[in-house]
Amino acid sequence: MADQIPNTPKLDELEKGPWPSFVKEIKMAAKNSPMARDLLGVLELSYNEKIGHWKHGGIVGVMGYGGGVIGRYSDMPEEFPGISHFHTIRINQPSGWFYTADALRTLCDIWDKHGSGLTNMHGSTGDIVFLGCRTDALEPVFEDLTKAGFDLGGSGSDVRTPSCCCGPARCEWACYDTLALTYDLTMHYQDELHRPAFPYKFKFKMSGCPNDCVASIARADMSIIGTWRDDIQMNQDEVKKYADNGLNIQRDVAGNCPGKCMDWDGNELKIENEYCVRCMHCINVMPKALRPGKDRGACVLLGSKAPIVEGALLSSVLIPFWKPEPPYEDLKDLVETMHDLWCEEGKARERIGEFIQRVGMGNFLEEIGLEPLPEMVAHPRENPYVFYEEYYEEDDGDEGEE
Amino acid sequence: MAKTVEEIAEAMLNMVTDAQGIKKLKPTDLIKAMRELYGDEADKKLCKGAIKELVNSGKCVYTYFGGSFIELPHRESAAND
Repeated sequence: MADQIPNTPKLDELEKGPWPSFVKEIKMAAKNSPMARDLLGVLELSYNEKIGHWKHGGIVGVMGYGGGVIGRYSDMPEEFPGISHFHTIRINQPSGWFYTADALRTLCDIWDKHGSGLTNMHGSTGDIVFLGCRTDALEPVFEDLTKAGFDLGGSGSDVRTPSCCCGPARCEWACYDTLALTYDLTMHYQDELHRPAFPYKFKFKMSGCPNDCVASIARADMSIIGTWRDDIQMNQDEVKKYADNGLNIQRDVAGNCPGKCMDWDGNELKIENEYCVRCMHCINVMPKALRPGKDRGACVLLGSKAPIVEGALLSSVLIPFWKPEPPYEDLKDLVETMHDLWCEEGKARERIGEFIQRVGMGNFLEEIGLEPLPEMVAHPRENPYVFYEEYYEEDDGDEGEE
Repeated sequence: MAKTVEEIAEAMLNMVTDAQGIKKLKPTDLIKAMRELYGDEADKKLCKGAIKELVNSGKCVYTYFGGSFIELPHRESAAND
């Protein structure tokens, strides 16, 4: 066991500068934690050798669960005994990452008692992450977490911990209650969260408005992004005040509109709402003058992923406008149909977006029973995956032929 | 007549035992195999219940190696004891 903090000249470089440093935090933890001391040692070694020293995956977990714990062993247990086991525990975060100070203290106490004391608030999936646990401490940690009202999150080929932005709790642009939907989906998909049964991971992420602060469109298999379908609410007096205060509305608002649907004549702002693409730019620039419409709901998109096996994918529109209302049965029925199809036909480690690319969006829509819509196509005639076969007559192909 | 969870679980356990060390089986592999074997007598819900039974009883465990699998409990080769 390491008794003193090792020399780490390369890691020390990362402490320089005005930004926060994970090295500084690990060094702070190393004063009390032998695991943190050995972690510094192995990190410095990895920086020198330019190779990692972790063995990933395996059998570790808590009884009954297939997700929530990511197994990690060091390949140098003799040199760094403190981190010979260094498993990661994912804990299901509260919707919108709202905690009481008491809840945070409880989590820290549990982790100081059983693990390395190192946390990651939060992981890219959104979960609270406990870094560095011995195999024999997994069950006690789980027991203490359960007593404190926390559950493990997702890992492996399952529904990952649903995640959302702060929504209507703190944001005036939220077009639906992201927190309620996230909580509902988390409770509904408990089995799928804890018992991996899919070809690969499946992520839900909820954003309250098209600003998409949780970047759901780029990293969730199912992105549910708030939107509206009526006109942007406008206060012309406030628009004028922005102009009077020096904002160049023609250049900085209308000129940057991707839908080119705005016009400023120096006195009045006009919006052709049918050409609005709901990008939120104008609303973000003039929040006192413009607001999302009143008829609010969400757009449901499907299929994004990060570039792990193949290239990155952005989500495609699945339902252009949906009114999220409890108990959200319509969405859950659709998701179940998709999961059934993907489980039946998907290959191992194939995300649902890749599956759609392989079978074709037209075939996918047909199988899940959704009608193709123009909103599902990125640009007219650029992406001809939807065929309107019902419009063809039998003798259409004969026209013009000799 | 529909199969019971226990019957499906036993058939799954036999599959996992036969495959141990030869092929890693995903939960979907087990469910598909049961559907092929028993047809309508083993629906998806029943099969999922059987996997739950196997894991909760400790007869099988979830493992992860790129994807998630169901295997017999064993000593992990990567483990540092």
